[in-house]
Amino acid sequence: MTEPQFDRAPGDIPAHVETQAWEPSDALVYTTGLVLAVLLTATSFWVANTSVLWAPGIALGLVVLAIAQMGVHLVFFLHITTGPDNTNNVLALAFGLLIVLIVVAGTTWIITDLNANMMPSSDLMNLRMQR
Amino acid sequence: MNVAVAIDQVHETQYAASEASPAPKRIVVAYGFWIFLLSDIVMFATLFATYAVLVRSTAGGPTGAQLFNQGTVAIETGCLLVSSYTCGLMALAIGSRRSTGTYFGALITFALGAAFLALELREFANMIAIGATPQRSAFLSAFFALVGCHGLHVGAGLIWLVVMMAQVATKGFVPAVHRRLLCFSLFWHALDIIWVGLFTVVYLMGVSP
Repeated sequence: MTEPQFDRAPGDIPAHVETQAWEPSDALVYTTGLVLAVLLTATSFWVANTSVLWAPGIALGLVVLAIAQMGVHLVFFLHITTGPDNTNNVLALAFGLLIVLIVVAGTTWIITDLNANMMPSSDLMNLRMQR
Repeated sequence: MNVAVAIDQVHETQYAASEASPAPKRIVVAYGFWIFLLSDIVMFATLFATYAVLVRSTAGGPTGAQLFNQGTVAIETGCLLVSSYTCGLMALAIGSRRSTGTYFGALITFALGAAFLALELREFANMIAIGATPQRSAFLSAFFALVGCHGLHVGAGLIWLVVMMAQVATKGFVPAVHRRLLCFSLFWHALDIIWVGLFTVVYLMGVSP
């Protein structure tokens, strides 16, 4: 009987397996993450300030860059992988993201809708005068 | 028949963790802290949603574009990002029980975190000095709630880091200290993830036209 396979603790660096394949050292993983994060941050700041890009698309582009950087942090700093020893961590993360999505998207949707259906204040003034 | 045999083999080789003894304490503790961090992120999501709803409600007061200084935000972002990196290097030093590397990593992490907090407090002080207080408008209330909550987390993390270094100095690398240090690095990386959302939504979207 083999040893029981426990899940990996979140944030733990995966143990090195004795194989022929080359594996990056742990410090290199963090450094790669730092380089990618710096690149994405610099791109975000450039996108926000440039006039080259189509202005209405900038907000969406910034959101995409931020989500990409969060992914970089999760993979390179928190060592979240799709491996079978990480299922519990990923499932908990997925549930958290579901709640975050419902809260943020739901709130902005409902309140934007309410704002759009709100009578403009000039109309309110007219109503008061007609009475 | 063959399928049944194959399934039996899988069961034998991949002995399910639920049938074994409980998971080691390190995994249980880190997983519990992971759940806490996710609930913390959900709390930040509510603050983000509040901010997104109230960002235009300036009540005639100053707007984000007038208040935010992108240079400061870029330095703050750099401080927090590099401190997250040095926190990771500190975790490596802890893993191999090198106390010099641990102290050095903790020192740089603390210095960068403190620099971040100092810049943020200076920004808040400048805003309050020109009358942009939380009472001024709904936008500023939401701003101070969101960014201030993150700042409070960073401050708590700095205190935690000092306490952990005192524990390393007095107790050494015992398993309990190991677990707490693992939780600390999870916390610090999570704060950086929240800051990514924060500088994008508050500062960059606030100043771009």
